[in-house]
Amino acid sequence: MQDLKTIVLSNQEISPGYYRMKILASGYSESAKPGQFVMLRVQRSFTPLLRRPFGVFQVGFIPADCDTLPPKEFIELVYKVVGGGTETMRELQSGDAVELLGPLGSGFTADASIAEKILVGGGIGLVPLYMLATELVKTSKVSLFVGGRTRDDIITISEFERLGVNVSVATEDGSLGETGFVTRLLEQRLEEPHQTEVFACGPMPMLDAVQKICATSEVSLQVSLEALMACGVGACLGCVVKGEGHTINEPRYLCSCTSGPVFNAESLDWNKTEAIKMVGGGK
Amino acid sequence: MSNAVEQVLKPKLAVEIAGLKLKNPIMPASGTFGYGEEYSPYIDLNQLGAIVTKGMSLNPKAGNNTPRICETVSGMLNAIGLQNVGVDAFIKDKMAFLSQYDTPVIVNFFGNTQEEYGEVAARLDDVPGVAALEMNISCPNVKHGGIVFGTDPQAAAAVVTSVRKRTTKPLIVKLTPNVTDIQILARATEEAGADALSLINTLTGMAVDIKTRKPRLANTIGGLSGPAIRPVAVRLVHQVVQAVKVPVIGIGGITCAADALEFLIVGAKAVQVGTANFVNPDAMATIIADLEKFCVEEGIADINDLIGTLEL
Ligand SMILES: Cc1cc2nc3c(=O)[nH]c(=O)nc-3n(C[C@H](O)[C@H](O)[C@H](O)COP(=O)(O)OP(=O)(O)OC[C@H]3O[C@@H](n4cnc5c(N)ncnc54)[C@H](O)[C@@H]3O)c2cc1C
Ligand SMILES: Cc1cc2nc3c(=O)[nH]c(=O)nc-3n(C[C@H](O)[C@H](O)[C@H](O)COP(=O)(O)O)c2cc1C
Ligand code: FES
Repeated sequence: MQDLKTIVLSNQEISPGYYRMKILASGYSESAKPGQFVMLRVQRSFTPLLRRPFGVFQVGFIPADCDTLPPKEFIELVYKVVGGGTETMRELQSGDAVELLGPLGSGFTADASIAEKILVGGGIGLVPLYMLATELVKTSKVSLFVGGRTRDDIITISEFERLGVNVSVATEDGSLGETGFVTRLLEQRLEEPHQTEVFACGPMPMLDAVQKICATSEVSLQVSLEALMACGVGACLGCVVKGEGHTINEPRYLCSCTSGPVFNAESLDWNKTEAIKMVGGGK
Repeated sequence: MSNAVEQVLKPKLAVEIAGLKLKNPIMPASGTFGYGEEYSPYIDLNQLGAIVTKGMSLNPKAGNNTPRICETVSGMLNAIGLQNVGVDAFIKDKMAFLSQYDTPVIVNFFGNTQEEYGEVAARLDDVPGVAALEMNISCPNVKHGGIVFGTDPQAAAAVVTSVRKRTTKPLIVKLTPNVTDIQILARATEEAGADALSLINTLTGMAVDIKTRKPRLANTIGGLSGPAIRPVAVRLVHQVVQAVKVPVIGIGGITCAADALEFLIVGAKAVQVGTANFVNPDAMATIIADLEKFCVEEGIADINDLIGTLEL
C-alpha cells in the first residue's frame, strides 16, 4: 500500500464513453492482486473533492524511451465516463499528474482444486476480471460471459480471447452476441451440474441474478461490489455493505474497502431489507 | 554554532491545551482517521500533535443504512451513524496499537443518554495512554424526544456536568454548529466544566437525486464537511474564542497550512483535519511542514506568538 504521486502514460477512448488509462506505478506488478482497486486523485484542485475507486485492469511493463533505462512499470485502468470525476479523467494526457493510493482491498481467491472457472461481467464490471483471467488461465479452463446494453458496452473481449478464455456475449438489444441478459448464458451453462467456480462483477441487478443462479446450482461464487467510497482504507465507514444475517434490528455491515470489494457470496445479505429512515444528522 | 542556526531556522510549533503538551497544533478530526491504524501505512503518527479516534459509545454501534456518503460541491455529506466497536472493545483491541506512539491519544465519545455519556467517560478514565477525552454532544438525547444535547444550553450543560464528575482526564467538548447562537452554548459548556472546546462538527445538510427523487443518503439528512464549510467554521471559532477563556480547537474544511493558519490567527490553539485525510492521507504531514515554513518566512519563532493575533 502506498500513495504514489505519479503521471499518466496514456489515456485512450476504446468505445464511445469507455477509456483505458495507463499510469506509471512502480511496485504494482509485485503488489497488486486480481480484484484489488486503487483510489485515484484525478487533479490537484478539490473538484472533485474525493478520490475515485477503480479496479486494476492489469499491471505490466513498457519499454523506456531509451534503451539504457529500465522498463516502466504501469497499472492500467479501464473506465466509463459517468460524472464529474470521470469527465476530468477523460481530459488527462500523457505526462499529467495523478495520485494513486493502493493497491487496496481484498482480491479474488481461486480454489486450485476446481478445474473450470466461469467469469461473469456486466459492462464496466469486466475490469477486475481481466487480471483474474490472466492468473486463472495458467491452471484452469476459463469461460467469460459478458453482457451489456449494446455492442458499445462490450469492451476488451479480444484481450480475454488472446489469453485463451472462451468468451460468450449477450446484449440487451441483440447488437452483439445473444439477445438478452448475460445471466441467461450462465443459467444455460449451469443447467447440467458440474464442478465450477464463478467470479462476477457488474451492476447490482446482474449480481442478484447471478447469486440466485449459483445458489440454485450450488456453485461457489465470489462477487466484486462497487460501493461509494470516501477513503478506501477503512477509516470513514462510508462504503459498508450488508452482511449475511443482516436485519433492521440487528444490522450487520461489512466494510467493502477493507473486507471487500471482493466477497464470497455467502458472506453477504441478498435479501432486500427495507431501508430504515431516521431523522436528524448522524455523523 | 550549527545548533544556534538550527534554533533560528526551526520555529517552535508546540502548543499546550488543558495541560496536554502537543508537538504541534495539528491532529485528525474524529471519524476521519479511524482508530489511527488505518492511516499508519501512509503517515508517521509520531509526527502528529495528537491522535483523535473515531467516536466511541457504551455499546458497539452498527451505524446507518446505505448510502451513507455523497459528494457535494467542495464537500461531502455523511450519515455514518456513529458506527463503532464500543468502548470496551476499543480499550481492549485498539489502545495497544495507539500506545506505541509518542503522540497523545484523544478519545472521542458520545452517548444516547446523559447516563451513557457518564459511563463511557468513567470507563476511559483509568485507561493508560488516553491523554484526554473529546465529548461529541451533537447527538440526540433518546430520553428527551431526540433533541440534540449540543443544541440546548441546559441539556448541554447538564451532560457536561455529569461527565465532568466521572473523569479526571482533560475534557474537550465538541460543539455543533447547528445552533442559533454558539456563544451561549460555548459559555454553558465552559461553566459546566469543559477544559477546552473543539468546533465545528458537521453542518446538517441534504442532497437529492433528481432522477429518482430520493435523498442521496439513506438517512435523508447528513453532516456536511470539507472545504465548503471552512468560512462558517472560521466565523464560529472567532465567536467562541471571544466568549470563553478555555482553549479552543478549530475544525472545518482544513486542507493545507494556509487553512490551518486562518483558525490559529482567529484564536484556535490547535486545529483538526478531517475530510482532507480522505483526499490526501499525508495531508497533516504536509500541513505541519508548511506551517514551519510559514513561520520561518514570517520570522515567527514560536507559533504561540501567532495564535489569536487577528487584526480587527
Ligand atoms: C472497488 C471499485 C472498483 C471500481 N472499478 C471501476 C472501474 O474499473 N471502472 C469504472 O469505470 N468504474 C469503476 N468503479 C466505479 C467508479 O468508482 C465510479 O464510476 C466513479 O467514482 C464515478 O465518479 P464520477 O465523479 O465520474 O461520477 P459521480 O458524479 O460521482 O457519479 C455519477 C453517477 O455514477 C454513480 N456512481 C458513482 N460512484 C459509483 C460507484 N462507486 N458505484 C456505482 N455507481 C457509482 C453515481 O451514483 C451517479 O449516479 C469502481 C468502484 C469501486 C467501488
Ligand atoms: C465520515 C465522517 C465521520 C465523522 N465521525 C465523527 C465522529 O464519530 N465523532 C465526531 O465528533 N465527529 C465526527 N465527524 C466530524 C469531524 O470530526 C469534523 O468535525 C467535521 O468533518 C468537520 O471537519 P472537516 O471539514 O475537516 O472534515 C465525522 C466526519 C466525517 C466526514
Ligand atoms: S471507503 Fe472509507 S471505510 Fe471504506
